[in-house]
Amino acid sequence: MTRIKTVSTRNLAKSAKKGGCGECQTSCQSASKTSCSVANQHCEQCLNK
Amino acid sequence: MVHQYKMNGYNIIMDSNSGAVHSVDEMAYDIISMYEDNSKSEIITEIVKKHGVTKEDVLETISEIEGLKDEKLLFSKDPFEEAAMEFKNRQSVLKAICLHVAHACNMDCKYCFAGKGDYSGKSGIMSLEVGKQSLDFLVKNSGTRHNLEVDLFGGEPLLNWDVCKGIVEYGRELEKKYDKKFNFTLTTNGILLNDEIIEYTTKEMGNVVISLDGRKRTHDFMRQTKDGGGTYEKIIDNFKKLADAREQKEYYMRGTYTAYNKDFANDILHMADLGFKETAMEPVVGPPDADYTLKDEDVDYLCEQYEKLALEMLKREEKGEGFNFYHYTIDLTGGPCIVKRVSGCGVGTEYLAVTPTGDLYPCHQFVGQDDFCVGNIYEGVTNKGVIKQFETCNVYSHKECKDCFAKLYCAGGCAANAYFSKGDINEVYELGCKLHRKRIECAIMMKVAEEDKGLKRRSDK
Repeated sequence: MTRIKTVSTRNLAKSAKKGGCGECQTSCQSASKTSCSVANQHCEQCLNK
Repeated sequence: MVHQYKMNGYNIIMDSNSGAVHSVDEMAYDIISMYEDNSKSEIITEIVKKHGVTKEDVLETISEIEGLKDEKLLFSKDPFEEAAMEFKNRQSVLKAICLHVAHACNMDCKYCFAGKGDYSGKSGIMSLEVGKQSLDFLVKNSGTRHNLEVDLFGGEPLLNWDVCKGIVEYGRELEKKYDKKFNFTLTTNGILLNDEIIEYTTKEMGNVVISLDGRKRTHDFMRQTKDGGGTYEKIIDNFKKLADAREQKEYYMRGTYTAYNKDFANDILHMADLGFKETAMEPVVGPPDADYTLKDEDVDYLCEQYEKLALEMLKREEKGEGFNFYHYTIDLTGGPCIVKRVSGCGVGTEYLAVTPTGDLYPCHQFVGQDDFCVGNIYEGVTNKGVIKQFETCNVYSHKECKDCFAKLYCAGGCAANAYFSKGDINEVYELGCKLHRKRIECAIMMKVAEEDKGLKRRSDK
């Protein structure tokens, strides 16, 4: 029996190839202003797929 | 590195370097915790004894673990450190500015990092000419970036509303001329909101941040008028109108919690109870001796609050009454690329703040710190020494982050927090880190629970 369930996630190593396009939202433009909330952002390339 | 924790009945394994997340049973959880420091026979002996299973059961699970290891989804190495500066250089083009259209405020909040709106005495109102030049400066320095962001910030930007509108209109002209797209954000305390402004922002602003600290007594204690009165009643109906006009999306009701409302989960739930669907709440950033500043000894209680909030959010999702909390928004399949996770928020590189007179600072929080003035919109960036510090700042330049499981979720944290707490942007603000780690744990747990129960969050794209 499987005792490990893997949640689907983005492959970070692969994202290095086309990453850094800079088209995503700046974290302080959303609701941060006093912390770094990089992980709370969506990837613009992924959204447009 | 592998981080494992238990929450809400789930046993969660985060493989930090690959970004992989696993939900496992008790036995696999224990095997993974022993895997790196024990031999197979030691693991078998211990697990058979503790869980009453057979040797074959244990070997089967070890085999599963080794399969995930081969796929680089468990115990994966960190392959990104050497590429950090190359990553950072990819993100060196300006794409966002925070326009301080008014260094003045019609409120007198006790915790304001902007020094009651005027940023250490440098009060002023931005002229339309400075606003337009700022957009020109942004376009000129944005290279091939298509999406550009402009935050109309203060103080209170609605004290300079006509200029805000003028800036938006000028932005629309520039979009056509240079094939750019401006996404405007307005951050407001709500006092001056009216139907005309709500209609305009609904049409023109991609995001509006409205400031409410939660329950009336919480809000009124910190966010007061100049004569010391509460402001909750003056703004709450305006905020309801604004959020409804935006169909409960593309805005954030953002609060700040302090030592006076450590039970802040109740403040976020108050927002949700009022019908607001997009919420955010940050711990206050203040001087160590201020009565409202959060202390190290508060951390355990604050972490309990984050967990309480996550559990309640899941309950409401099950009832079809879900709402978003910005810091639990996490897109595991379509989240940020590794370049962004290593490079950080873009302070001083992709993002600059502009004062009413056109001076440039690495971000809104550094405004008023003379040493951090990096130039102005007319001459551009002239203080290259300061910018250099930010160009080299990334998750790997913070030595404290090396062994932190959350480092690729916060990118080394907020440079301003580090500077104001430790005097160095490459340090970390430890209290903030502890809370951020808890937020990430809660956010991941919610994802695991949602997948388990077939729930969908409002923020899912």
